[in-house]
Amino acid sequence: SFHSLTSNFVFFIFSWWGGVQMGPPDPILGVTEAFKRDTNPKKMNLGVGAYRDDKGKPFVLSCVRKAEALIAAKQLDKEYLPIGGLGDFTKACAQLALGANNEVLSSGRNITVQTISGTGSLRIGANFLSRFHGGSRDVYLPKPSWGNHTPIFRDAGMQLKAYRYYDPSTCGFDFRGALEDISKIPEQSVILLHACAHNPTGVDPKQEQWKEISDIKRNLLVFFDMAYQGFASGDIDRDAWAVRYFIEQGHNILLSQSFAKNMGLYGERVGGFTVVCKDIEESKRVESQLKILIRPIYSNPPMNGARIATTILNTPELRLLWLEEVHGMANRIIKMREQLVAGLKKSGSSHNWQHVIDQIGMFCFTGLKPEQVERLTKEFSVYMTKDGRISMAGISSGNVGYLAEGIHAVTK
Amino acid sequence: MSLFADVPQAPPVAVFKLTADFREDSHPQKVNLGVGAYRTDDCLPWVLPVVKKVERLIVEDNSLNHEYLPILGLPEFRSAASKVALGDDSPAIKDNRVGGVQALGGTGALRIGAEFLRRWYNGVNNTSTPIYVSAPTWENHNGVFADAGFKDIRPYHYWDAAKRGLDLTGLLDDLEKAPEHSVFVLHACAHNPTGTDPTQEEWKKIAEIMKRRKLFVFFDSAYQGFASGNLDKDAWAIRYFVSEEFELFVAQSFSKNFGLYNERVGNLTVVAKDNENLTRILSQMEKIVRTTWSNPPSQGARVVSKTLNCPELFAEWKGNVKTMADRVLFMRDELKSKLQALGTPGTWDHITQQIGMFSFTGLNPKQVEFMIKEKHVYLMASGRINMCGLTTKNIDYIAQAIHEAVTKVQ
Repeated sequence: SFHSLTSNFVFFIFSWWGGVQMGPPDPILGVTEAFKRDTNPKKMNLGVGAYRDDKGKPFVLSCVRKAEALIAAKQLDKEYLPIGGLGDFTKACAQLALGANNEVLSSGRNITVQTISGTGSLRIGANFLSRFHGGSRDVYLPKPSWGNHTPIFRDAGMQLKAYRYYDPSTCGFDFRGALEDISKIPEQSVILLHACAHNPTGVDPKQEQWKEISDIKRNLLVFFDMAYQGFASGDIDRDAWAVRYFIEQGHNILLSQSFAKNMGLYGERVGGFTVVCKDIEESKRVESQLKILIRPIYSNPPMNGARIATTILNTPELRLLWLEEVHGMANRIIKMREQLVAGLKKSGSSHNWQHVIDQIGMFCFTGLKPEQVERLTKEFSVYMTKDGRISMAGISSGNVGYLAEGIHAVTK
Repeated sequence: MSLFADVPQAPPVAVFKLTADFREDSHPQKVNLGVGAYRTDDCLPWVLPVVKKVERLIVEDNSLNHEYLPILGLPEFRSAASKVALGDDSPAIKDNRVGGVQALGGTGALRIGAEFLRRWYNGVNNTSTPIYVSAPTWENHNGVFADAGFKDIRPYHYWDAAKRGLDLTGLLDDLEKAPEHSVFVLHACAHNPTGTDPTQEEWKKIAEIMKRRKLFVFFDSAYQGFASGNLDKDAWAIRYFVSEEFELFVAQSFSKNFGLYNERVGNLTVVAKDNENLTRILSQMEKIVRTTWSNPPSQGARVVSKTLNCPELFAEWKGNVKTMADRVLFMRDELKSKLQALGTPGTWDHITQQIGMFSFTGLNPKQVEFMIKEKHVYLMASGRINMCGLTTKNIDYIAQAIHEAVTKVQ
């Protein structure tokens, strides 16, 4: 019939998605894309947020390979994990963060669930806050923070605010600004803190400064993002110091952990989300609600990475090996920082580059301005994000001299 | 006063509570017919031989590392997965208008699809588009769409309890009456929980109305290969709709047909009008993925990708899938025969007419309670049983239990 002919025709040319806008390109991905297209043999990719060895290659930890072999030999089945993840993993994960002798663990007043690495952990936390946090909908992030924090919390229905953190004039911590801003945050708001190796600046508060921050009497709900435990100083306990101190001081915190960097398990998506509750009864209620949140996203988490992490943490020789390897990665980064500064001095730079050594972790906020970054990319094929952030992992003993020359050339 | 003092205790997810209760039961003849996972005739989980082989290859391959996958997932996995659903010779694939989003299991694929629809379908951020799910359906469908923000989730007629089959009239009527642009979640094959699928003729009727009334097609495909033992047969409905020019989503799970339950391997196949639309859609999918899990886990995708992309391994996999499907079909035959031999009241044809992992026995809640409490046979309150829980060793006990439930409990 004519009617069905026309409706078929309309159906044929009509699309549901005409109104779908093109999503903006990811800024960091854009850096890597441009890097790939560059034919300069001396090119450097300093956008990458993954560790590289001194030859610029991805690094699979020996403890990971050994753990994989042990696991393969066990011929395990592939049955669904519980919604909250592998029990042995969540236990080991919490112990790693809090310390095996932590009162929170012995009293059982934490709930720790396995998550899809750090992102998944933050998202579950954000969803939980959105649904159950009676206080304001505002989450306070340090200025600047990891780019993905904002859309994660926003998609969960929270609103974002900021507190001063990075001081561009010193390339260091704006302690006074942070204290002033945090002291004004409305009570019961959520504040997000980077436990160590702040991303993107590499600027961490000193222990004395953490103490003052903890002391601020605003009844704030503290949410720690710890993506680099062990990776920052090379010492897992030292890197967890702020988290443990806050708990000691009575903060019942939320905590996100990632094993992407410190175990090199990036693509396996291994993480944990912890809520430190008032008591074990509350932790059971919270656990039940976390499961209700998780089930309609992905039902239950992936096994492989969690099994590897657990095997490493719970097998004494592998745990020791891991601690050595994490120490090794952190050390290589620290050495690159020192060599970069030495190279800058050697090139004749008169600027103060102390912040490159003072900053910690994978990233460094160089202090370079956008125009300088652009020149560094165009003239030297050094790729980094416009904010002047470089990934120290992209630097090796073979190219640190070249980088120093380039930075000196655009800043003299 | 704790910030979380008012957080209420949530009820446990029923199917997992059932398994927990089963675990605590010490009765020697206890049987778990709850959770949907395959079991061998020894009632053990089965890691597919092809999976063992491929995992060994992966562990021994020192050139592989654990770097991040792209946000949308492993490219060779995505394309192979979509090809499995749509067919090697799919015109839509040839037209370059098919894309995949690697996701965490079928659940993850559904959730990413639902989030996309809420943001971009039928207007921008329209939370009131009606979402229709079958009555009954997998219970998590409701949660997925509700948590994605949809406010109006409705049932469509599906299971006819009286005749123990498809309520086609009710279904077609719901399609005719649904507001235009409503989303319908269709089970591609092996409907969960009823095991009752439309015939090809019935699918054609469904498609005709959906096209005419501009209803959105969202397939949930968790059992391809597992239902009939044949991949192409189980994908017939999906391919028919694609041939009828629908733009649609398919949430694929590789949990059951690869036995990779805990590695969370899924794929959201997007069939768009053309490549230009597809590109924009995928760019927005990336944004959704980025705030949910950033990028998906690599292990399971590698296993599936290696298998699907290698002809010998692909053939071996199809054989493994057929092994599982055949055992289920055999158990269906056996259960029906035994109930008939016992003279259990009622007709039991539906046991062999239904397909896939599950069977809607028709047992009522009281009879289910009897099964669990008195006979230690654990099944869902809906009367759903997992056929994989039946073995040649326990089938007599189970048939007897059903017989008693039906004759003793009204």
